[in-house]
Amino acid sequence: MLTLTNVRKTFNKGTINEKKALNGINLHLDPGDFVTIIGGNGAGKSTTLNMIAGVYPIDSGKVIINGVNVSQAPEYARAKYIGRVFQDPMRGTAAGMEIVENLALAYRRGEKRGLGWGVTAKEKEIYHDQLKRLGLGLEDRMTSKVGLLSGGQRQALTLLMATLKKPELLLLDEHTAALDPKTASKVLSLTEEIISEQNLTALMVTHNMKDAIQIGNRLIMMHEGRIIYDVKGEEKKKLTIEDLLHKFEEVSGEEFANDRMMLAK
Amino acid sequence: MSGLYGALMGAVAQGVLWGIMVLGVYITFRLLNIADMTVDGSFALGGCVCAMLIVNHGVNPYLAVLVAICAGLIAGAVTGILHTVFEIPAILAGILTQISLWSINLRIMGGKSNVPLLKSETIISQLVGKLGTPNSIGSLIIGVIIVLIVVMLLYWFFGTEIGSALRATGNNEDMIRALGVDIRKTKLLALMVSNALVALSGALVCQSQKYGDVSMGTGAIVIGLAAIVIGEVLLGRLRPFYGKLLAVVVGSVVYFIIRAIVLQLGMNPNDMKLLSAIIVALALCIPEAMKKAKIKRDYREGDDE
Repeated sequence: MLTLTNVRKTFNKGTINEKKALNGINLHLDPGDFVTIIGGNGAGKSTTLNMIAGVYPIDSGKVIINGVNVSQAPEYARAKYIGRVFQDPMRGTAAGMEIVENLALAYRRGEKRGLGWGVTAKEKEIYHDQLKRLGLGLEDRMTSKVGLLSGGQRQALTLLMATLKKPELLLLDEHTAALDPKTASKVLSLTEEIISEQNLTALMVTHNMKDAIQIGNRLIMMHEGRIIYDVKGEEKKKLTIEDLLHKFEEVSGEEFANDRMMLAK
Repeated sequence: MSGLYGALMGAVAQGVLWGIMVLGVYITFRLLNIADMTVDGSFALGGCVCAMLIVNHGVNPYLAVLVAICAGLIAGAVTGILHTVFEIPAILAGILTQISLWSINLRIMGGKSNVPLLKSETIISQLVGKLGTPNSIGSLIIGVIIVLIVVMLLYWFFGTEIGSALRATGNNEDMIRALGVDIRKTKLLALMVSNALVALSGALVCQSQKYGDVSMGTGAIVIGLAAIVIGEVLLGRLRPFYGKLLAVVVGSVVYFIIRAIVLQLGMNPNDMKLLSAIIVALALCIPEAMKKAKIKRDYREGDDE
């Protein structure tokens, strides 16, 4: 489904601010894999997702999605395969456009856009049903501007938009980090529901170790641009937060000193 | 009073014809958040192309307008390519095109800065000949018909898949890129459509005033912004998209009426550009100043409700 082969990326190469963000990432995902990614700040978690999505060009290595080599394809061309939810709820939706218009834009992800109507009457019924399942009452506000929604509502909408047209791969970049705890857990359970229902292949970056252990079938820990721990199936289910901290110290030789992750215990 | 009446009728007609340019500016300024400086050049380009075709080549005035529109499309494409492919900031890309259009327009006009159309047939003189009305009424009728057609076309276009993608580009580039749209293409398209409308407006103004002039577009972008601001202040509550489009045309008419009145009151016409700039600057400053004043006013030291 997704194969990363020796992917490397250095930012600001040759300057005093040079930062090796990815030091040779190798990763293979099978169809239906739901992988959580943890790691400290600057470990390369978000960069990995950005490299898969094509936000910046990679320096070397290969990104293969569903057998297609997209290593040098621009971001908009890769969108055909990928649904994305960002950390910032403002980034995933167009504030000045109606809810229904946002959904219609997402419904055509990766498809050729022509001079047909941007939203057809038939689609509106689909959107109505899909919005209803979010349980946020948005189905009655379909012509409201998205800018009027709260961060949590916008993030739930973005999640729906990312999966409206079934993606080969779903990328979730700390998509609940900016939400209050109650909303975050709601968006998270919605995420699990949609992923299992559509049997999606997904990568989720999180700072919450508990979530990382509980959710998905596989867990990856990153440190300094490398994958330092990769665990799946039964072994993953049995993990505890202490195991993860211990594992981190063992592999990295450092204390796990990240406030956000410690607090998330 | 007939002098004032005539001046006002002329102002309304001019406002409607220039309103087509304002619609073009609206696309870039409001939908894409770009102040496109190409406008000054492409407006004159429309006028110069139209004047030359009619006077020197005896081309049918309708055909001359069509060619002017195509010239505007190309001017917009140049700015668009500089901005999207070569990533020159939009303002600078527009200025580069605008400056080069000055020379190009002079070349089109055969080195003359002004070409009169006094003896030539124009769309407006044909209508005036048939109806026996003054030139201003003829210009107004043609202007209103074309504004209505343009507004209908824009209303349709921005409701299509491409049009929606274009609006989304102005709204949230990250999002629309993640949904598979090449924003270089949408921006290029917007700049082309916008400058095509601007050139159309220039061509019609040229036919209405019966001359083409290389400097007829100077300050057009400021007039466009002023008209948008006035239209939104007066009719900002209109929600449907066609309402917003018609509002900026009304803004253009109001702008030209204000202009006619202050000129009648004896203001030096050379000061008009200063006045336009002040209108735009005030309109852009006031919302910001009001916001800051509100924050200051609403501040409470205690935590009383």
